[in-house]
Amino acid sequence: MNSELEITLNFSGGAELLFGKIKLHTVKLPSQETWCMKKLLVWIKENLLKERPELFLQGGTVRPGILVLVNNADWELVGQLDYNLQNKDEIVFISTLHGG
Amino acid sequence: MVVFCSTGCGSTAVLKRPKTDDALCKNCFFWAFETEVHHTITSTKMFQPGQLVAIGASGGKDSTVLAYVLKHLNEKYNYGLKLVLLSIDEGITGYRDDSLESVKRNQEEYNIPLTVLSYKDLYGWTMDDIVKQVGRKNNCTFCGVFRRQALDRGAVLLKCDIIATGHNADDVAETILMNLLRGDIARLQRCTFHITGSDGSLPRVKPFKYAYEKEIVLYAYFKKLDYFATECVYAPDAYRGHARALVKDLEALRSTSIIDIIHAGEQLAIKDGVKLPKQGLCSSCGYVSSNIICKACVLLEGLNRGRPKLAIGKSNKALAELLAERLQNAASIKTTIQDQF
Repeated sequence: MNSELEITLNFSGGAELLFGKIKLHTVKLPSQETWCMKKLLVWIKENLLKERPELFLQGGTVRPGILVLVNNADWELVGQLDYNLQNKDEIVFISTLHGG
Repeated sequence: MVVFCSTGCGSTAVLKRPKTDDALCKNCFFWAFETEVHHTITSTKMFQPGQLVAIGASGGKDSTVLAYVLKHLNEKYNYGLKLVLLSIDEGITGYRDDSLESVKRNQEEYNIPLTVLSYKDLYGWTMDDIVKQVGRKNNCTFCGVFRRQALDRGAVLLKCDIIATGHNADDVAETILMNLLRGDIARLQRCTFHITGSDGSLPRVKPFKYAYEKEIVLYAYFKKLDYFATECVYAPDAYRGHARALVKDLEALRSTSIIDIIHAGEQLAIKDGVKLPKQGLCSSCGYVSSNIICKACVLLEGLNRGRPKLAIGKSNKALAELLAERLQNAASIKTTIQDQF
């Protein structure tokens, strides 16, 4: 068994501006533990987020107005914060709060 | 865990619709989204066959999806409309460069002609110049007032019959709350109309009035539509920001909140006998205004006189000052004429 979970994170719609303008991040997480979305968000905040954390996270979840997709499906279909990450998962964060 | 489409089509669901809580697959979602916009357009008789429609295009998500969906529906249901894209360049270094590139791609991909007009063309001032004069605190007032007229002026220039903007349900809910909080009864009533500004100026319509922002963004995502998201480099409109945060927080608690606010706004009726400002025409430029001189002209006058703050805040004071000055000028001309004869 792999000792690491490989996850792709994609920030768009303006969310990338909080991550040094980099949209695509491939990250490796230790797989001895279970990684739910709630835990991933904290990890992102501590490891990837470059500025203004309040524009990304609020009250333990993403700021209202940021859409989250897990493997190309709305995270509201898979349990949101309780979803347990699998190896090779693709998570997309799209901000809807930027100019349109 | 795989969730199947609520329609029973057998495909895997890709999103939960905020308005109905239905889980839909990609194709059923596209169909539902487009059909609802079509319904908004036909049930309110938004367009007439043969009209030339200016789509206010910023290169952002809403106007990109609007251009795509309007083109699609126009062909599918034979609306008989001619579509053009109209973009406004505020003249903020770096801000519009990328989004105008995105509008240009829209032009090529959807084969809709594009016109770009700048604040400099229309008013003689770029936003960068204005910020140098007024600082970063009140510049949004200038930008917002100028943008509203810019679309009108541009559409008239292009001989369009009507303007369509990408304002969505979230925007409308936000505006209703703002007008309520400000006690702006006239705007509170107007902001829920399907069609505005038909007397005097060009009519404006919002085909996405009932379309949730979440669905617009996911429509663009699943259709792989190319749009540009950016933040204005100058300070954002703080008041609208609060209204926006409130709408988003309410949506997170109960997703029907947005459509509920719109329905509430639409049902509000103004008591008989309440005085509303009369919509007239600006005596200076001829655009719709509830004052003798419109806000854009007052702002512009202030800029051109080197007193940019003239019209910020209590605009009645500025207006009174302007009018007094004009009256004085008129009086002195009258005296000169009387002296001569």
